[in-house]
Amino acid sequence: MAGEARDGRIVVVGASLAGLRAAETLRDEGFTGSLTVVGDEPHPPYDRPPLSKQVLLDEAPADSTGLPVRRDPDAEWRLGVAATGLDPLARRVLLADGESLPYDRLLIATGTRARPWPDPAGAALDGVFTLRTREDATGLAARLAAGPGRVLVVGAGFTGSEIASACRKRGLQVTVAERGPDPLVGALGGTLSRLAALMHREHGVDLRCGVTVTALLGDGAGRFTGADLSDGTRVEADVCVVALGAVRNVEWLAESGLAAGPRGIACDAGCRAFTRYGIVTDDIFVAGDVSRFPHPLFGYQMLSLEHWGNAVAQAEVAAHNMVSPGPLRRPHLSLPVFWSTQFGLNIKSVGVPTYSDHIVIAQGSLEAGRLAMVYGYRGRVTAAVTVDMAKSVDYYRHLIETAAPFPPPPGAADRALTADIPLPSDVPDPKGLSHEPVVALTGHLPDRALMVVQPPG
Amino acid sequence: MQIVVDLTRCQGYAQCVFLAPDVFRLHGEEGLLYKPSVPDDRLERVRQVAAACPVRAILVGEEVGTGGG
Ligand SMILES: Cc1cc2nc3c(=O)[nH]c(=O)nc-3n(C[C@H](O)[C@H](O)[C@H](O)COP(=O)(O)OP(=O)(O)OC[C@H]3O[C@@H](n4cnc5c(N)ncnc54)[C@H](O)[C@@H]3O)c2cc1C
Ligand code: SF4
Repeated sequence: MAGEARDGRIVVVGASLAGLRAAETLRDEGFTGSLTVVGDEPHPPYDRPPLSKQVLLDEAPADSTGLPVRRDPDAEWRLGVAATGLDPLARRVLLADGESLPYDRLLIATGTRARPWPDPAGAALDGVFTLRTREDATGLAARLAAGPGRVLVVGAGFTGSEIASACRKRGLQVTVAERGPDPLVGALGGTLSRLAALMHREHGVDLRCGVTVTALLGDGAGRFTGADLSDGTRVEADVCVVALGAVRNVEWLAESGLAAGPRGIACDAGCRAFTRYGIVTDDIFVAGDVSRFPHPLFGYQMLSLEHWGNAVAQAEVAAHNMVSPGPLRRPHLSLPVFWSTQFGLNIKSVGVPTYSDHIVIAQGSLEAGRLAMVYGYRGRVTAAVTVDMAKSVDYYRHLIETAAPFPPPPGAADRALTADIPLPSDVPDPKGLSHEPVVALTGHLPDRALMVVQPPG
Repeated sequence: MQIVVDLTRCQGYAQCVFLAPDVFRLHGEEGLLYKPSVPDDRLERVRQVAAACPVRAILVGEEVGTGGG
């Protein structure tokens, strides 16, 4: 059995972070069969986090962020061609160029794409950008370098905030419009979002919260000139970045019978995809941003994460399980970790901050702009967010993994006075935000309800 | 040659910034920014830096299709 699993044909769809790490791991784990990696982008795997940081700060060109390979995965790279369908019965992946690839085992790692501006006419205006790919980043960086009079950022999630930060660093005027009460509120809750708002304003961002952008405006020649907001005001700008979150790349699986919906493809803790009837497959695996998976530390809710670290960890588990017989398979239980760099602050989150009812500031303070905030749910530690205190992350990770009581026991040497004063965590309903959350708990909301259709008559 | 820093692991010890300031830089107190493409003449240095990172967060290697794979 172990020998068989190391042979045969494996196809990986999605040639980015998760796809590459899985390919490398398959070989690390002794897979000797044929390996094909399909990607619709023309480039070999590259890293996305620098696109909203280094690239916009003009410290690295967008085409320089190629991911290093730890070991040669000895794969056939089918780049620049999209997978358009999956026939799970014939075990074939259909490609846009009309070809189809047979597989014994398949890994789906198609990630997400930027959510576009909903009105196609507005989205098509010259000067309107989203930020997900190399091409997006190259185009946007060139526009910023040309010194526009003002940049409008729609959505104050992590990506929108990082873009605003880069604009200010380059000395550009920037307006940020967000439907929620404060930036990052959907990811970090009320208290830290107020700190985020302060950071924006201290750095000279024209931050408008509690408003919606109702229309992107053009000059008649197809150039973006500004936007109307729901409060009746108008913002004049030359560049607009739509940072409304991400859409999962699942459309190509519509006819596949897999449980693939707007929140991702449901899989078990071993990264095996579910069919839409909730039956686990044994030859189709899922990893990275496109997946949703159950996590025991968070009530077995299905987690949809858009985290670099999750793509790596899940790809490694998926690859291991693809070449291992049942009893040797491992669960993907790693704790979510996310980082962001903006306005000179290093923000790190561990666990799931939105899975919380209360918080305490365990170290540092909002005033100091340097702190560790711990999140609890029903008396248990479920997450922590540090601002410029990355060295504390491991300590809180341990508390979360061991389901330590909330508020957490004294441990950190520089424990803050506020460490025993729980405040409501104030996590809003994501529906009230401009952007999609980078973490979504979706266990309570099935993507697709089953309906029994009675034949007429 | 390419590098990627696993910033979920990086704890901002700034060893790398100290050893190769032309490749690694801090944004604020501890937000790490780095140049993902390393010129050949800095490769040896960057390999040393990767070995010196206390949490082994720096990965150095070729890109797919440029000799490595
Ligand atoms: C600007 C930006 C900044 C970020 N910053 C951070 C950060 O600071 N910290 C952090 O933790 N995370 C960050 N992330 C998120 C991180 O980049 C993702 O979590 C990671 O890229 C997920 O990798 P993936 O391989 O699962 O998916 P993706 O990177 O989305 O890759 C999926 C690939 O599959 C391809 N594909 C899609 N459909 C098909 C198809 N039908 N056929 C063939 N190929 C297909 C896509 O084109 C893409 O190349 C950031 C993301 C962006 C865009
Ligand atoms: S040496 Fe390692 S831990 Fe320290 S800043 Fe550099 S990458 Fe991060």
